[in-house]
Amino acid sequence: MPFTQAQALEAFRRMMRIRKFEEEGMRLFIAGRIPGAYHASIGEEATIVGACMALRVDDAMTGTHRSHGHPIGKGADLKALMAELMGKRTGICKGRGGSMHLADNSVGIIGESAIVGGGIPLATGVGLSAKVRGTDQVCLCFFGDGAVNQGTFHESLNMASLWKLPVIYLCENNGYAITTSVAISHAQPEIAKRASGYGMPGVAVDGQDVRAVFEASSTAVARARRGEGPTLIECKTYRFEEHEVGLVVPGQPYRTTEEVDFQRQNRDPVVLFRAALLSEGTKAAELEAIEREVATAVADAIAFGEESALPDPETLYDYMYSRPVLYPRKAGRASAAREG
Amino acid sequence: MSSAVANPSHVRMSYLDAIVQAQIEELERDERVIMMGEDIAIYGSGDLVERFGAKRIWPMPISETSFTGVGIGAAIAGLRPIIDLNIASFMYLASDQIINQAAKLRFMTGGQVRVPILFRVCMYYGTSIAAQHSDRPYPMFMNVPGLKIISPTTPADVKGLLKAAVRDDDPVMLFEDMKLWTLKDEVPTDLDFLVPIGKADIKRAGRDVTIVAISGAMRPTLEAAKALEKEGISAEVIDPRTLKPLDMDPILESVGKTGRLVIVENAHRMVSASSEIAAIVCEEAFDALRKPIIRLTAPDVHVAFSPALEQALFPSAEQIAAAVKRLL
Repeated sequence: MPFTQAQALEAFRRMMRIRKFEEEGMRLFIAGRIPGAYHASIGEEATIVGACMALRVDDAMTGTHRSHGHPIGKGADLKALMAELMGKRTGICKGRGGSMHLADNSVGIIGESAIVGGGIPLATGVGLSAKVRGTDQVCLCFFGDGAVNQGTFHESLNMASLWKLPVIYLCENNGYAITTSVAISHAQPEIAKRASGYGMPGVAVDGQDVRAVFEASSTAVARARRGEGPTLIECKTYRFEEHEVGLVVPGQPYRTTEEVDFQRQNRDPVVLFRAALLSEGTKAAELEAIEREVATAVADAIAFGEESALPDPETLYDYMYSRPVLYPRKAGRASAAREG
Repeated sequence: MSSAVANPSHVRMSYLDAIVQAQIEELERDERVIMMGEDIAIYGSGDLVERFGAKRIWPMPISETSFTGVGIGAAIAGLRPIIDLNIASFMYLASDQIINQAAKLRFMTGGQVRVPILFRVCMYYGTSIAAQHSDRPYPMFMNVPGLKIISPTTPADVKGLLKAAVRDDDPVMLFEDMKLWTLKDEVPTDLDFLVPIGKADIKRAGRDVTIVAISGAMRPTLEAAKALEKEGISAEVIDPRTLKPLDMDPILESVGKTGRLVIVENAHRMVSASSEIAAIVCEEAFDALRKPIIRLTAPDVHVAFSPALEQALFPSAEQIAAAVKRLL
C-alpha cells in the first residue's frame, strides 16, 4: 500500500509540522517561556507520521513521555498543544499535563504515559474494548526501546496475541533509553524478533523512511481490522537531540559526536523525504508552500499560547472527579471540583 | 444464594453473595460492564461465562500489572470493567497502573478522558496464610488523589455501593474484608438500589462514646457495643463505608455529642485511616473532646503464620470494650 501523491504531501506536511513545532518549542524552552522538561521528537518524524498515516481518525493511540510528535502526527491542531507546553488554561490538557503528556483525545489519543511502558496495557485495553464492542477500530501503541524491557511489554503482547486484539505495537527504537544503549540492555537487540515469542508477526523497518513505516503499519492495521490480531513493528530511528533539552550528561559521552553528526547529515527523515519527493517529480514550489503554511501554523500556535491566560489557581481541583467531591474536606469547601 | 423471603422487597443473603448478586445485576443491566480477573470463569460464581459469554467475562493470565492496565484502557474506550484483583497482597503489582494511570488520567488530560472502573480487592487475613497473603492496604491508596475507596460492612451496603461504583465515572476500589463474607442480613432486591459513595452510616445509635469501626473491625465492635450496653454504657457505632472521600460530618456530630472517640481498624497503625480520622477530629472538634482519642489497630509488624502470633494482632471485642471504659 504505497502512498498516493495526496497522502505523500500530507505526510510531508505533518513531518514538517513536528519539526518546526519542536524547533520553535526548544527555542521557547531555552528562553524560559516553557516550564518543566522538553523532550523533542526531532529525528523521529518519519516513524511517527508513517504509522499515524495508516490510521483512521476514529482509531485510538497511546504514546510516551516524548509526546509532542504523536498528536501532531495524528493530525492534531497545534494551538492547544503549544498552549499546554506553556502551562496555559487553553492547553489541550488545561495545564495539567505538559510536555510529557500531550494527549489530544479529539484525534483518538487516550494518554501519553511518562511511566515507561505504562501505555502498553492501556492500548491493549482499547483493543479489548473494540473487540467487546464489535467495532473495527484499532489502537496504535507507541513506545521506545527502553519500554521493551518492562514487564508490561511481555504481559500485554501475550494477552493481545492470545485474544487476537486489534493493536499495533510500534517501537520507536532510537537506540538509547536516556543514556543506556540497546547494546548493553537487550539480550535480543533485534526487537522485532521478540514478537515470535508471542506468536505474532514482528517486522523491522527503517524508521527514517516514512513510506516504509507507512507500508508496514498499513499491513498491520489491515491485519488487526480483519480480526487476525496484533503486530510488533520495530522502527529503527534516531533521536537527534539530547534525551531532554539541556540535559547534562556527566563523564564519558554515551554516544559519540560522530554518530550524532552522521545521523543528522545522512539520516534526517525530513531531508530524505523531501529529496525523494523532488526526485519523483513533486514541484519544489508545492513543498515550499507547505513549509510556509507550516511556519504560519506554528507561529499562530505560539501567538495563541503567549496570549492565553494562565490557569486560575481556584480551578486546581477541576478534572479530579466526574462529579464534585469535597476532598480534602476543608480545602474542598472553598474549591470543590467542578464538572470535568 | 438466597434463603427464605421475609419481605418481597428484601432477601437474606451473605456479604459475599451480595457482591456476586450486585455484579450479576450490573452485568445484566449494562452490556458495557465486563469482568476481568484470575480464575473468575471457575470461581466467579453464578456460571458467569455461560450466562454472559466470553466477551463479557475475561479470565486473566497471571499478569496483574498489565491486565489492570488493560481494564483501564478498556474503561477509557467505552467499557465499565470490574477488575477482580483477588487477594490484596497480590495487587501491589497492579498499583502502578491504578495510581499512575487510573487515578491520574482524567486530571492529566484536563478531563478529556474518564476512567469508569471498579477494582475489587479482597483483604484475606487471620487464617494462617502469612504476610504475603494477609495485607489490608487501603490506607496507602487513601493517599492517592483521584481514587474513590469503599469498604462497607453489611451485605446491603456492599450491594448498593458496588452497584453505585459500577455506575460511577471514576475509578473506585472496593476493599472487601473476608471477615465479613459470611455475615448474613436482609438485602434490598430493587435492581436500582444504590448506596451513595461518600456517605457514612450510623450502625448503632448511642450517647456515651463514639466508635468508628472500619471494615472487618465492625464485627468485634458491634459485639463490644452489645456487651457494653449490658453494663449501661451506650456506644454510638459509625461505619464510614466510604474511606475516600471520607464523610466526616456524622463522626464530628457524634463526637460533639459524646466527647469520646475510639477508632478501630485492622490495618497497620502508622498513617492508617484512623490516623486521618483522628487528625480531622482534632482539627475540627478538639473542644468537644473530653478525653484523648484512642486508636485500636494492628501494630506495625507483619502478619505471622502461627495462629498464636497472628491472633494477637487485631483488636478484639474485649479490647474495644476495655478501651471504651478507659474513656469513661
